Amino acid sequence: MLQIISLLLENKPGALMRVTGLLTQRGYNIESLTVARTLDPELSRMTIAVEVDSTLREQVIKQMNKLVNVLQATDLTDLPAVIRELVLVRVRTAQESRQAVLKEAEIFGGRVVDSSTEGFAIEVTGDPEKLGEFIDVMRSYGEIEVTRSGALAIGLETKKLRLQPPVPTKGATKVEETVQ
Amino acid sequence: MSTLMSGARMLLECLSREGVDCMFGYPGGVTLPLYDTLYDHPLRHILVRHEENAAFAAEGYARATGKVGVCCATSGPGATNLTTGLVDAMMDSIPIVAITGQVSTKLIGSDAFQEADTFGITRSCTKHNYLVKKLDDLPQIVHEAFYVAASGRPGPVLVDIPKDVFQAQGHYQHVTAIHLPGYKVFTEGHSGQIRRAVQLILRSERALVYAGGGIVAAGAAPELREFVERTGFPAVNTLMGLGALSSEHPNFISMPGMHGSYAANMAMSNADLLVALGVRFDDRVTGRLAAFAPHAKVIHVDIDPAEIGKNRAPDVPIVGDVKRVLARLNQALAESKESPDSTLGSARKAWWHQIRSWKEEHPLQPTTSDTEIKPQHLMAEIDRLSQGRAIVTSDVGQHQMWAAQLIRFGEPRLWINSGGLGAMGFGLPAAIGAQFARPDKLVFAIVGDGGFQMAIPELSTIMSYGLPVKIVVMNNGYLGMVRQWQELFYNNRLSSVELDCFPDAEKLAAAYGFKGRTIEKPWELSAALEAAVQEPGPYLLNVKVSPAECVYPMVPAGGAINEMVLGPPQPVAAK
Repeated sequence: MLQIISLLLENKPGALMRVTGLLTQRGYNIESLTVARTLDPELSRMTIAVEVDSTLREQVIKQMNKLVNVLQATDLTDLPAVIRELVLVRVRTAQESRQAVLKEAEIFGGRVVDSSTEGFAIEVTGDPEKLGEFIDVMRSYGEIEVTRSGALAIGLETKKLRLQPPVPTKGATKVEETVQ
Repeated sequence: MSTLMSGARMLLECLSREGVDCMFGYPGGVTLPLYDTLYDHPLRHILVRHEENAAFAAEGYARATGKVGVCCATSGPGATNLTTGLVDAMMDSIPIVAITGQVSTKLIGSDAFQEADTFGITRSCTKHNYLVKKLDDLPQIVHEAFYVAASGRPGPVLVDIPKDVFQAQGHYQHVTAIHLPGYKVFTEGHSGQIRRAVQLILRSERALVYAGGGIVAAGAAPELREFVERTGFPAVNTLMGLGALSSEHPNFISMPGMHGSYAANMAMSNADLLVALGVRFDDRVTGRLAAFAPHAKVIHVDIDPAEIGKNRAPDVPIVGDVKRVLARLNQALAESKESPDSTLGSARKAWWHQIRSWKEEHPLQPTTSDTEIKPQHLMAEIDRLSQGRAIVTSDVGQHQMWAAQLIRFGEPRLWINSGGLGAMGFGLPAAIGAQFARPDKLVFAIVGDGGFQMAIPELSTIMSYGLPVKIVVMNNGYLGMVRQWQELFYNNRLSSVELDCFPDAEKLAAAYGFKGRTIEKPWELSAALEAAVQEPGPYLLNVKVSPAECVYPMVPAGGAINEMVLGPPQPVAAK
């Protein structure tokens, strides 16, 4: 079962390192990680696929939520969510199996993004496990090269985002005193 | 309007606005612009002799006052030397802000002279850290750093400032608000949980208050006192919480844990309710977790949500500022119409009776001898002079445990030790910070002969600033705690724990310009300690104690805390 942690974090240097550091310092490997900007360019959405025992995962997520740059870390493992991944496969194939490869790609909803006498480059999106099957199928036709994007996830339930309102500074009150 | 100023001046401006009156540091190449500005700036810079000790001294300052301590180091080795102090502050939730110099922004990543990836290295050593890439960001970052360090669960924050940012000219931007949307500070406990807690409190027969460093950090000692008096519950203070409830308070039992008292550990193991306040169920307190407080329901109050359920799943979790939560609990208890019926009343009396008899069965007693100074005797004598009022700092190890067991603390912020990290060499520099913070206080630095030698360079700082710190070296000629474990669990194969060639204390102190003395006879002890206290300046008292002494009670690693080894020579396991 794919374990997915979804994070909303500030798009700041070091934010990624802080999040991954919480996993690496506990000796956990990251299966996949994707991160990109959200609608708000100051924020990023990160999706991490991990393999961590569930109580430890809960603890790690609590620690992630404590990070100053993290607005929200959610465990999507047991929540309704859509999980998708993109894979790019380059398959070298003999002339006689070209048709069969195209047929297989179609079954998996793939799209040919490059075609040459040596073979194809095919793009498929889907459930990460399904992509694994696609890769296995392609391998049976010849030599392949694969790049996967890592899992992307979106939760299907709206989780209330708790944000801390601005806090007046101790320094600020003094500034105002001196200014006036 | 604001005047044009350098980044270095702007930093000092920010520090002054945060109320910083002194910082502990050590200059270097990239912090030259900062030190040039400090030359004629009112902010006091305390020159230590090693950057690690700058961090420890800042911690000592913070631990003694509750204010944010500040330390400063140059790039590269200066910054890496700070890290032990940062981790120490992280483990014990101590608010400090560390300023480090960095090579100029253009040189970052080029393996420049004295360059280190301070931002990366200190990621896991800090609550949060910053690399200031441009001067405009500096004021916001520095004020944020102080806010993050002091709020919520306190901790260390590091601000790494490149040389060219110190040198750049700019205007101080008024920082009116800290906006950290992802940094949640939970202060109010959940009302429903507080109600449930009150129900458990009202009905428990064998309750125990388990109070820790969170009480000290939150300044919640008055609320804690009211709580134990209102409920009549017995209380234990953890190593980090000593003084949270005065050692003199009739409801105070003592410290629990690996070297806790028999009564405290038996009370933990037999309680039907633990009121856990600002504690983290540390392994040194709980022993084998599965066997810890097996009969108890747990109310856990902590400001850090990640502590709730980390080691022990609570029955009533309350995330919030323990000061406010306790105030609300006290109020709810005051308003409660429920009073214990006769069955409950007599059960509670029996519980207290049981605790008192545990205390009598195996009290924490200062052992003495006619021929040699027992370490416990030393601590008892310091206790006699302190009367629960002196600041006592310590390193880690046997001396720390005996001090924690035998010295009374009448209020919080008197007992200053490296709890979570267990850093040797902490006590002496921490005493420096504490003495700067509290010039009115008698400060004892109780250190072992091992830890003292890690901190020896700071004798120079102590003399240079004329700090009247009383350094008491509990000298058993060994790395005592390691020796104890080798003796008990490694067939007494004493491997690299003997510390011979300890310097002559009198000559050593004299070399720095102050008084020192070595004593080894029990009849010398009280007069020697009194003389040290009477001395207006610093004093180094080297006390040779019996080398073979072990700290008891002791819960062996992996043991349940009611399975204590109570002492030599025939270790007897408690029931």
